[in-house]
This record gives sequence, structure tokens and C-alpha cells, in this order.
Amino acid sequence: MTEVLEKVEGLLLQDLRKRFGELEVLKGITLEVKKGEFFTLLGPSGCGKTTLLRLVGGFELPDAGRIVLSGRDLTGLPAHRRPVNTVFQNYALFPHLTVYENVAFGLRSRRFPEAVIRSKVEYALGLVRLESLVHRYPHQLSGGQKQRVALARALVNEPEVLLLDEPMSALDAKLRAEVQVELRNLQRRLGATFILVTHDQEEAMAVSDRIGVMEGGVLLQVGTPDEVYERPRTRFVAEFLGVANLIPARKVREGAETPLGVFPLKVPWNEGFLALRPERVEIHEVPVPGSLPARVRQVIYRGAYLEVFLEALGQVPLRARNSLRLEVGQEVFVRLPLEGLVVLDG
Amino acid sequence: MARVLVWYGELATARSLVWRGVLLVLPGLLWLMAFLVLPGLVLIPLSFAERGPYGEVIWTFTWENYRRLLGFGVLGFSLDNLLALVRTVWVALVTTLLAAVLAYPIAFFIRAQHPRRRYLVLSLVLIPFWTNIVIRTYAWQLLLAPEMPFARILAALGLVEPGMALFPSSLAVYLGMLSAFLPFMVLPLYSSVERMDESLLEAVRDLYGGPVRVFLHGILPQTLPGLTVGVILTFIPAMGMFVVPDLLGGAKHLLVGNLIQQTFYTMRDWPYGAALSLVLILLTLVALRLYRRYGKEVELA
Repeated sequence: MTEVLEKVEGLLLQDLRKRFGELEVLKGITLEVKKGEFFTLLGPSGCGKTTLLRLVGGFELPDAGRIVLSGRDLTGLPAHRRPVNTVFQNYALFPHLTVYENVAFGLRSRRFPEAVIRSKVEYALGLVRLESLVHRYPHQLSGGQKQRVALARALVNEPEVLLLDEPMSALDAKLRAEVQVELRNLQRRLGATFILVTHDQEEAMAVSDRIGVMEGGVLLQVGTPDEVYERPRTRFVAEFLGVANLIPARKVREGAETPLGVFPLKVPWNEGFLALRPERVEIHEVPVPGSLPARVRQVIYRGAYLEVFLEALGQVPLRARNSLRLEVGQEVFVRLPLEGLVVLDG
Repeated sequence: MARVLVWYGELATARSLVWRGVLLVLPGLLWLMAFLVLPGLVLIPLSFAERGPYGEVIWTFTWENYRRLLGFGVLGFSLDNLLALVRTVWVALVTTLLAAVLAYPIAFFIRAQHPRRRYLVLSLVLIPFWTNIVIRTYAWQLLLAPEMPFARILAALGLVEPGMALFPSSLAVYLGMLSAFLPFMVLPLYSSVERMDESLLEAVRDLYGGPVRVFLHGILPQTLPGLTVGVILTFIPAMGMFVVPDLLGGAKHLLVGNLIQQTFYTMRDWPYGAALSLVLILLTLVALRLYRRYGKEVELA
């Protein structure tokens, strides 16, 4: 096993476990993050995602398991000896140091010559477009500027892995969207490995190469954004990443039997759920083959689309997204396309 | 028209707030004026006066007290007074520094306690104040007596002669000073340590900083307000201390506090005592000023 691990490029987490007193925060996490990948740990608060990040950063030590980076075992190394840097949730800028000195901090710790420090700091500040603010103190900066200083302060050390702990939670929605794009571009340009922790599924999908969805100290599913969104494996993943219609189903000879008909799907259980994204629900004003009658219960205007609450066959609630002009009480016909239905494991 | 502003949810004008502030501080201000500032100002003319043959004050103008302070006494030149001044500053500095060094771990220890136990531990820090400092200092005489374990252990190690008390000595003075002033350092320092943002310490470690950098850039800037209060609360009374050196120090460890006490009570020389007091106040102010300048540098450099 060890020989295999040594050959891994990138970061390998092997069966990491951590408990705080009675509370088991991480129940055995195994994960490989590839070199140059933008990986996101997504989950609700308390799912263990921040603890997992802190284990990689070296701020906590695991009770069991290994952390291997580019073939080197980091498990027992203290934070200041790991080739990994962190952008903290509240940025944790040093209030008594200028922007320049904040960014230079890691280089000074490692006793780089002054000339090297100067050129590296200037390069890093250029990356985040903060050259003009070098002499400011953190309290003289806006939230977005602080965040960029924190980013430069970590990146200047050229870490093998950059850890980002909810770095955008303090920014307003518009700025957050901009920063997401910038972050993604920066990561591509540098070809660095980024690991982001967030509870915001839209953010996760916008920036990541791959997403790991966590809940209760367990990694539920790892995949590309469209894999975890389109093919959620569990009910939790389906519901945490956006809205999902959950349709109860029973295993029958022809496939899965639901209140909305029988679908020719292979199901691994006797009773369970099928998931269907609202945007996959087709609404027609006239019957089409395979459609069911439904009534519009509520319509919410969301700007780019309408959010439609339906009741199919007079009893089954369904959510849909649509741009049709629909009115409450209107009779319509819905079709559930087979390719949009996802069989959930649990 | 006066500008109306919202002050903690209440509508007010700048003028009304100033008046309210004046009214609130007035009683305390009057008290301090009557019993601290005015008597303090009296020291100035007093320090230029002369002692009469029966200890009465003769109001003249003479530099004699200050000349005597610098060593030009009636019995010829002597450095004793200046030495006492230097020793006072030194002892106060060392006491303050040791108190700070000891107080940090204590403050962190209290912070590490379960919140419900913190106040219990904090009140343990305060327990010495239940007893008068004179009694506490006499207690040190007992603890440092030849029959007690400390002296015996040191004697067994060959560091002191058997049967010797560990006082009077400078060690005993520092022990007494520290036990007298440590709570004054711990309490304000704890209030800063309690509010400390731990992510700054993690940021130092994340950026390859070892323990020294963690202290200088993670802990010190965040705890400087509490440390400053602690330094002031320790250094000022340490400069004026006379009980501890009197009981634990002996003649070789006289501080200005002892000199002032003797001058006023034993020698009944009020003008000279006034001069000594003024110099002590001046030295204290200068030292604090230097600390503030240095402290600012730490804050911003």
C-alpha cells in the first residue's frame, strides 16, 4: 500500500478520523485530490468539512489515517512545516502589519533575501491587483480587498496546495460572483491545487473541477459538478445541491412503480426514491404521449424563470421551472423524461 | 441648528453629550483634585523649603534638597541616594518583566478552562488580596526561614550555608514583589487573552512561523492593550513599594519608597521627602512614556 501511495501525485487522504470528545467529526475520509485540481468540499455546517481542511493545514492532528502529499507523508508534521497555505474564513490578516508586510510574512519566516521577498510580494500583489495598496493597514481595506490580501499572502509562498476556508462568506452576493470567477481563473493560470470549503452549492458548482459532498463526517459523493448535480447518489446530495423532486417508488417486474406511473429503471431496493430536477419536468398545454394531467398550484416569478408548483394526478406535488405563461389553477400536462430520473441509493 | 445624532439608540446633540459627560466625571474629578492633585502640587514648593530644627517646615527657596539628592549631603559626597533611585527603577522593571512573563502562561491557562470554571480560577488569582500585604510579606519571612523546606533544599544543594535564612536578599525582594503584583498583571492580561482571535496564531503557523513569531505577531499585538494596563498597574506601585524591601531586603536593598518613608516619619524632613517624591513621580512618568513609545512601535512596526 505504501509503495502505491508514494507514487501518487497530488494529495491523498486515507481513512482520516477525528473526534472531539464524544463527537465523531470525521468518520474515515478517503479522498484523492489531483495535482492542479480545484476541489471543493461541500456540505452543511457541522459536516466536518472545515475540520478536514484543518487536518490538511496541520492545525489539528487526525486520530487515525494518513495525509500524503506528492508522495510525502505529512500526517505528523506541524502547520509551519507543511508546503500548504490557508486562506482563513475571516482572512486573519495581521492588523499591526501593512499589506506588504502581511504578504511578505511567510517569506520572512523562511528568511528569504530582501530582494527576493520584494519581487515575490510584488508579483503576488499583482496577481490579485492590489499593487496600489501596499502601504495600507488591514483596517483601511474593504472586505473584498482584505480577501485578496489573504489570497496573495498564501499564494506568495507557492504552496503545493492552497486551502480556502469559506473565503467568500463575508462578501456580498455580487462581489462573491466576481471573486468566484477570478479565483477560478487564478487557479487555472497558476496550475495550483486548490481545496475550497463551502456550504454554498452554487459557489461549489461555479468554481470546481470536482466536488466532494459531505454530511455527518462522511464523504457521500465525489464527482464533477454536473455528476453530483445530475446524478446524485443519495437523497441528501440530491436535496443539498439545488431543488429535487423526490418521487417514492417500489420495485416491480417492469422497473420502478411510482404514483406517476411505472418507469423502466433498474432499482437496487424494494422501496426508495427517484429524484427529478425541476428543470427536467416538461410542462405542456396540450397532452403529449406519456404526459399526465396536472394543476398549477403556485407560480413564483424568479426573473430568469418561473418556479412552478404543480399537483400531478390531483395529489402528487411536483416542482418545475419554466418560462411558459402559466396561471394558478390552470390545467396542464406534465411529462417526466426517463433520462432525467435518478435512482437514489438511500 | 445643532446636529442631532443617534447615541446608542437615543437621539442627542453633541452639546448634550458633552454636558452629560462632564456631569458624570465631575464627582470623581473633584475627589481627585482635592486629595491627589492639590497635595501633589503642594509637594513642589515644599521640595524647595527647608527643615527647621524641630522638623517644622521653613518656607524659603533653596536647591539644597535636590543637591542632597544628587549626593552632595552634609557629610560629603555619597552615591547612596542616587543608587537607591537606580535600584528602584531596576527592581520595578525586573518585577514588571517577570510578572509579564509569568502572567502570560497563567492567562492562557485560565482561558483553556471550561468557561464555567474560568471565574473560579480568576478568583483564585485574587485570593491573596484577602490578606494585607504586610502580613503576606511577613509570611514570606516564615517561608524563607532556615527551618523551612526552601532553605533546606538550597542548603542541601550547597547553594547556601546550612542554617541560613533566604532573606534578606534580592531573591526574597523579587519573590515578595512578584507575589504582591502578579494579580495586577494577570487580570488585565487575561481580559485581552480571553478575546484573542486564535486564527491569527494559526495564520503565523501557516506562514511558517515558529513559536517566537507566533508570540511576536500572533499573541503580542492582540494582547498589547491588556499588557499595557498590567505594566502600568505593576510598574507604578512597584516604583513606590517600601513594605517588601523593608521586610525582605534589608539595608542593601533600600528603595526610594523606603527612603521617602524614613525621611517623612523618622527624620521628619518633609522638604527633602517632597523632593524625593517628586523625582520618583518624574522617573515613573518618564519610564511609562518610554514604554508607550516602544509599545506603539510594536503595534505598528
